[in-house]
Amino acid sequence: MSVAELQKKVKELEEELRRVKHGGAAPREKITEMSGEVVDTNPYSRLMALKRMGIVSDYEKIRTHTVAVVGVGGVGSVTAEMLTRCGIGKLLLFDYDKVELANMNRLFFQPHQAGLSKVEAAAATLESINPDVTFETHNYNVTTVDNFDHFMSRIQNGSLTGGSVDLVLSCVDNFEARMAVNRACNELSQTWFESGVSENAVSGHIQFLIPGETACFDCAPPLIVASQIDERTLKREGVCAASLPTTMGIVAGMLVQNVLKFLLNFGTVSYYLGYNALSDFFPTMIVRPNPQCEDSWCKKRQEEYQAKLAAQPPKEKEVIVEEEEVVHEDNDWGISLVDEDEPAPPPGTTSVVSGLAEGITVAYDRPAPTANTGAEEVGADDATSLDDLMAQMKAL
Amino acid sequence: MLLLVLQEESEYTTADRVKEKMVDRATRTTLASIPLLRTKAGPRDKDAWVVRLKEEYQTLIKYVQNNKEADNDWFRLESNKEGTRWFGKCWHIHELLKYEFDVEFDIPVTYPATSPEIKLPELDGKTAKMYRGGRICLTDHFKPLWARNEPKFGIAHAMALGLGPWLAVEIPDLIEKGVVTYTQKTDS
Ligand SMILES: [Zn+2]
Repeated sequence: MSVAELQKKVKELEEELRRVKHGGAAPREKITEMSGEVVDTNPYSRLMALKRMGIVSDYEKIRTHTVAVVGVGGVGSVTAEMLTRCGIGKLLLFDYDKVELANMNRLFFQPHQAGLSKVEAAAATLESINPDVTFETHNYNVTTVDNFDHFMSRIQNGSLTGGSVDLVLSCVDNFEARMAVNRACNELSQTWFESGVSENAVSGHIQFLIPGETACFDCAPPLIVASQIDERTLKREGVCAASLPTTMGIVAGMLVQNVLKFLLNFGTVSYYLGYNALSDFFPTMIVRPNPQCEDSWCKKRQEEYQAKLAAQPPKEKEVIVEEEEVVHEDNDWGISLVDEDEPAPPPGTTSVVSGLAEGITVAYDRPAPTANTGAEEVGADDATSLDDLMAQMKAL
Repeated sequence: MLLLVLQEESEYTTADRVKEKMVDRATRTTLASIPLLRTKAGPRDKDAWVVRLKEEYQTLIKYVQNNKEADNDWFRLESNKEGTRWFGKCWHIHELLKYEFDVEFDIPVTYPATSPEIKLPELDGKTAKMYRGGRICLTDHFKPLWARNEPKFGIAHAMALGLGPWLAVEIPDLIEKGVVTYTQKTDS
């Protein structure tokens, strides 16, 4: 065999080795610049076509953006995959959970990944799909004191250039974690999206939150899509939550669509977009911040936003005044409807809080705290030290 | 107002609801004897948190004392010195046998706006009435009740309204199914 033939053989074997190592499919090389060239080896050609069609003016800009995904479950994993395939610059993934076989009714994860941490398994798959994306993973619970400061610092310094991320996407499955993301984003004045799927799996929503400008997650009780199912007939015996890959996939799609619109500046971004799977109804609305929000950082951001508006030239101010007139008098939460041309809601849906768009309701009423259990309050000036109290508790 | 909520919620007819209803009645009386907290502070609030933590201990001590007096002693808790991690034991008496479980939870950074998520790690994966990691699945009215009453509700209330009713409903069921079996523990 000639040297040339040997070199060719070595190359072939190297290629084969690479394929075997990566479970059959060889990962492609990194691509330094996105091109619109339509060839079957260009993974970006159909995305770059958005430019030629005049939908997006500068698609390549997506490579400069960083998005943090909190919660890599049914919605978060699909969200991360979509962004990866779109060629996002960098993804930060946060989740403390492991992949389980019980997750296999959902998209993305595969049975052979059972037992691996979700962020680790996700990053491995995503990297093979698109090696151009930078991944950063954190396998911890963001709601605990030990991790929260680190979580905040990564939002603040985690972008490709070491600055704030462009967006935080909350794809978590519980109220505590949503509230933790809300707190972090209010403190950091970080724009973010919240997403959720109902525990009965037949509705979901996304919400766009700009601290000070739109309602934060703590401004009102959680907004949910009216399910038309009488809660009293909803059977929860023996289970906590149901889930469908369809609903989660649709919510992830709604979420990433709005992320792309925000990052690449096309179309309009929905402030609240709901999905009722039983009637295929998609209510939308905007939620204004509550001046009496329990989160002090939210109130601070509201003041800043109001000051910013006041400093703007009067012409723009007029527009704002008009918008504010829409706020209903009897509206406790400062929730205002912007889009009044909603399609007729399905029968049986009602709004608990006035001012909510048809088909959207609050998870529960939250009047001013008036605890009246008949109990006394704890002694205010108890001189016993904390150490003594701890010792007392232990001695019981 | 609290009484009203519990009554409204207890008109369900399924077996679970009937059991919950029985629990609620007992819970109502219990709740009246747990002192309410004053200080709205979370674990990131430094000095205010220490005040809150003292209140937490005061209410917990009172609650455990009440339980002992009522011959219904059912848990012990302690925390790390920062008061951010809590751990201990809870137990359920079924046909004169004591079934004991480890209980633990972290205080979330958004506490007391959000309640702690109580975990029974030993039962993780043994019942569908749990979320991943052994977090107990709370009834539909726990969250609204907590939201209406924070910051006056504390850990003692989370135990009384969350874990207490959960154990009362789920443990007999798990014993019946053979998922939980009796093992002699060293303490009595
Ligand atoms: Zn707010």
